[in-house]
Amino acid sequence: MVEHTVKAFDQDIDTLRGLIAEMGGRAEASLDNAMMALLRRDKNMARQVVLDDPKIDALEEQVERLVVQTIALRAPMANDLREVVAALKIAGVVERIGDYGKNIAKRVPLIVENRKLELMSLLPSMGQIAGEMVHDALNAFAARDADLAIAVIERDKVVDDFYNSIFRTLLTYMAENPKMISESAHLLFVAKNIERIGDHATNVAEMVYYAATGQYLPDRERGEAPEDAGK
Amino acid sequence: MNAPSTTLASPTRNPTDWKGAAMQKRIAARYAAERRFRLLGMGAVLLSAGFLAFLLFTMIGNGARGFTRTEIALQIDFQTAPILIDPATVNAQSLAGANLQAITAQAADKALGAGGDALISPNAWLTVRDAILDNPKVLSQKITLSLPASTGIDLAAKGDASETDEAAYARLQQSGVVSTGFNSAFLSASDATDPTQVGIWGAFKGSLLTMLVTLLLSFPIGVATALYLEEYAPKAWWTDIIEVSINNLAAVPSIIFGLLGLAIFLNLLDFPRSAALVGGMTLALMTMPVIVIAGRNAIKAVPPSIRDAALGVGASPVQVVFHHVLPLALPGILTGTIIGMARALGETAPLLMIGMRAFIATPPGGITDPATVLPVQIFLWSDEVSKGFIEKTSAAIIVLLAFLLAMNGLAIYLRNKFEKRW
Amino acid sequence: MLTEEQQALKPNNPKMTARDVNVFYGAKQAINKVSIDVDMDNVTAFIGPSGCGKSTFLRTLNRMNDTVASARVEGEITLDGENIYAPSMDVVQLRARVGMVFQKPNPFPKSIYENIAYGPRIHGLASAKADMDVIVEKSLRRAGLWEEVKDRLNESGTALSGGQQQRLCIGRAIAVEPEVILMDEPCSALDPIATAKIEELIHELRGRYAIVIVTHNMQQAARVSQRTAFFHLGTLVEYGVTSDIFTNPKADRTRDYITGRYG
Repeated sequence: MVEHTVKAFDQDIDTLRGLIAEMGGRAEASLDNAMMALLRRDKNMARQVVLDDPKIDALEEQVERLVVQTIALRAPMANDLREVVAALKIAGVVERIGDYGKNIAKRVPLIVENRKLELMSLLPSMGQIAGEMVHDALNAFAARDADLAIAVIERDKVVDDFYNSIFRTLLTYMAENPKMISESAHLLFVAKNIERIGDHATNVAEMVYYAATGQYLPDRERGEAPEDAGK
Repeated sequence: MNAPSTTLASPTRNPTDWKGAAMQKRIAARYAAERRFRLLGMGAVLLSAGFLAFLLFTMIGNGARGFTRTEIALQIDFQTAPILIDPATVNAQSLAGANLQAITAQAADKALGAGGDALISPNAWLTVRDAILDNPKVLSQKITLSLPASTGIDLAAKGDASETDEAAYARLQQSGVVSTGFNSAFLSASDATDPTQVGIWGAFKGSLLTMLVTLLLSFPIGVATALYLEEYAPKAWWTDIIEVSINNLAAVPSIIFGLLGLAIFLNLLDFPRSAALVGGMTLALMTMPVIVIAGRNAIKAVPPSIRDAALGVGASPVQVVFHHVLPLALPGILTGTIIGMARALGETAPLLMIGMRAFIATPPGGITDPATVLPVQIFLWSDEVSKGFIEKTSAAIIVLLAFLLAMNGLAIYLRNKFEKRW
Repeated sequence: MLTEEQQALKPNNPKMTARDVNVFYGAKQAINKVSIDVDMDNVTAFIGPSGCGKSTFLRTLNRMNDTVASARVEGEITLDGENIYAPSMDVVQLRARVGMVFQKPNPFPKSIYENIAYGPRIHGLASAKADMDVIVEKSLRRAGLWEEVKDRLNESGTALSGGQQQRLCIGRAIAVEPEVILMDEPCSALDPIATAKIEELIHELRGRYAIVIVTHNMQQAARVSQRTAFFHLGTLVEYGVTSDIFTNPKADRTRDYITGRYG
C-alpha cells in the first residue's frame, strides 16, 4: 500500500502494530508457559507467569493512548480508521487472553499438590491449538490477511469440541473419585480458560477480518458456542 | 509512548555566522543602499516641488496684477458739450451718432491738461456710453466718472513703465484723481484690442460650452463602448482590432484630431466655424478613447465574485451590468472621464485647426456662436505686442488653473461619494 | 450488507440527474462521462483533489459555466426530468431555481436588506414593501442570521463578519425559493466556529432544498453530507452513502485520497 503523505502517520500505525505484536507475543507466552508449568508441575514457572502479567496490562494502556492520540491528531479514515479501531479492541481482548494465562498459572500449585491426579492427555493438545489460534490471529492482523483470520475462526470449533470432551471426562472422573473433586474442578476451570482463549482469538480474527475488508463476517462463519452455557 | 519523530539525515553544514564581520559589512552596505535610495527620492520630490513653486510664484506674481486696473476720475460736463438726444429715447444706436469719443477726449484734455486724452484708455468712451445708457438723465448734468487709465499709466501704477509714464502718473497722483482697484471687468468682459479693456468671460464661457458638448458626447459613447467591449463583445479578431485601435487613438497627437474635425465637421458637414459645437465634437473624439480605457479598467476591477453573485440569484446579463457592475465601476469611470475632460480643457492645437482662434469680442450665446476657449485665449494674448497683455496672460492662466483645480476637486468628490468597499 | 441506517438512506427521490456529462474548456476535457443523481432529501458532497473537476461539474448544474466562453457541455443534465441544456430552458429562471453559494462570501456592497431583497425583486416575487419585508425576515431567519442583524438591516452587507456574510449569501440564495442549492466550498474562507454554524445551517436546510456541497475538507463532507461523490481527474470515481465512503470505500483511488495517501 502507498505510504501516507504525512510520514508520521505511517510511523504511528507502525508503532501501533508493533505494540499489538508485542502484546500478542506476551499473551501467547503466558498461555504456553502456564501450560508447561502445569505439565512439569513447576510452581516457579507458574509464579513467573503471574508476575509477567502486569507487563501486558501496561502495553494495553500504551495502545489505548496511542489510538486516542492517532484519532485525535491524524483523523484516520477508511482502512486506517478500521485498523486503528481494531487495534484498540484487539488490545483489550489480548489483555484478557493474558489474564486467562495468568489464571491457569494461579491454579497450577493447587492442582500439582496432589500427585495422584493424572493430567489428562487432551489438555496439552487443547492448549496448543488455542495458542496457535492466538498466534495466527495476530499474524493475520500483522499481514492484514482476511483468509488467515477465517481459518482461525473455523478452528474455534476444534477447541470447543476439546472442551466438551474434557468436560464430560472430568464429570465422570469426579463422580468416581469424590476425594479428587477439588483438584478436578480446578482442572475443569483450566479447560474452561483455554476455551475462552479460543473464543477471544476468534474475536481478534473477526476484528482483523473487518479491518482488512471493511465487511462484517456473516453469522454462519462465526464460531459456535460450546454446549454448556456456563461461562 | 513512542513519539513519532523524523530526523532528516542532513550533511554537516556550518551554522550561518549572523554576527560575523562579513555579515556586518553586508548589513551596513544594505542600509547605505536604502539611505541612498531614500535621498534620491527626496531629491526628486524637492526638485519638482521647486519647479512647481517657481511656476506658481511667477504666475501669481504676474497674474495678480492682471486682476487690477488703474482708473482716473474724470469730470464730464454734458451741459457744455451737449448731446442733442432726447434722454427718453437714448439707446446704443442713437448714441453711436454722438461723438462720445471726442467728447471724452475733450473732457480729459480739459481736466488733465494738454495731452490728457492720452492718459486715459482709448476705449474709455465705452465706459461713458455705458454710464449714459445706465442713466440717460446724466446728459443734462455734470458727472464724474472713473475711466480706465491708459496702458502706460496702468503699468506705471503697478511700477513697471517708462519714465514719461511715471512722470504723468506722479502728476495724476498729486491731483488725486487716480486710483487702482479690483478689475471686475476682467471677469465679465471679453477679448478686446486694448489690454485695459480685455476680459476672460468670453473665453471662459466658450470653454464651458465646449466642455459641455464634449462631455455629453464622449461620456455616454465612451461608457457604452467600454461596457460592450468588457461585458458583451465576444473574443474575436475584430474586437482585438477595436481594442488596439482605441488604445492607439488615445495616443494620437491632438493636432491630428483638429485636422479631422476640420475635414469632417467643417468641410464635409459644413458646421459653423469657430463654434463651441465643433470644438466640443473634436475634443470628444479625443476624450472618448481615454474614457473607454479608464472605463474598461474600472469595469475589469469589479470583482468577478459580484457578477457571480448576481448571476447566481438569477439576474440577467443586462441586470448584472446595470445593477452591479456599472454602479461599482462608476467612480473609476468618473475619474477617468474627468482626467480626459481636464486634458480636453487644456487643449489648444485641435481648436486652432477648426478656427477657434478668431478675435471674438462678445461672449458666445450658444454652442453654435463663434467662441474661443481659455487656452486659446491665453495663446492669443501671449502673442500680443502690447506690454499690458503680459499680466492679462498670466491672469488668464490663473483662471484656467482654477478651472482645472475645480474639475479635479469634483473628480475626487465624486469618487469618494460613489466608492464602495467589497 | 446494508445496515438499517444505510437502508433508510437509499436514493429514492432524485431531484437532478446527470448522464454521461462531458465538459470541455477549449480542447481540454475537464469532466469525463459523469453520471450522478442529486437526491432531494439528502445533502450531497463532492470531494476530490484540486483540479479534479468537482467545482466545474457543480457549475454545470446551474449553467454558471455559460459565462466561460470556451466551456462546452455534452450529455444530459435534468432538473425534475427537464433537460436544463435544452433550448427551451431559460437560464435566468434555472439559476433562480438552482441557487448558488460561492467559495468567498460575496455579498453585494449594499445593505443587508437589499442583499436579500435583490433576487425576489428582479424576479417580481414581491410587489408591496410589506411582502418584501416578510421575505427578507423569513430568508434571514432560515439562514440563521435574523437575530444577529434584525436591528441593522440598513447597514452594509460587507460590514458583517466573514461567517455572517456567508450566511447572508445563503439567505440571499434562499430568498428566491430555489429547489436546489449549490455550495462551492462555502467554508473555505471561514474560521472553525463560523464553519460549524454554516454546517448546522446546512443540516437544518436539508430536506427543504436539495443541497450539493463541494468541499476540500473531508471531515466536513463527512459531517454534513449523506451522499459523497469522489472525483478524480475529471471522472466520478465513486459515489455512495457517506458513511460507507469514509469507512469502507470501494475504489483504491478513493481510499488513498481519503486516508491521506494521495499523490
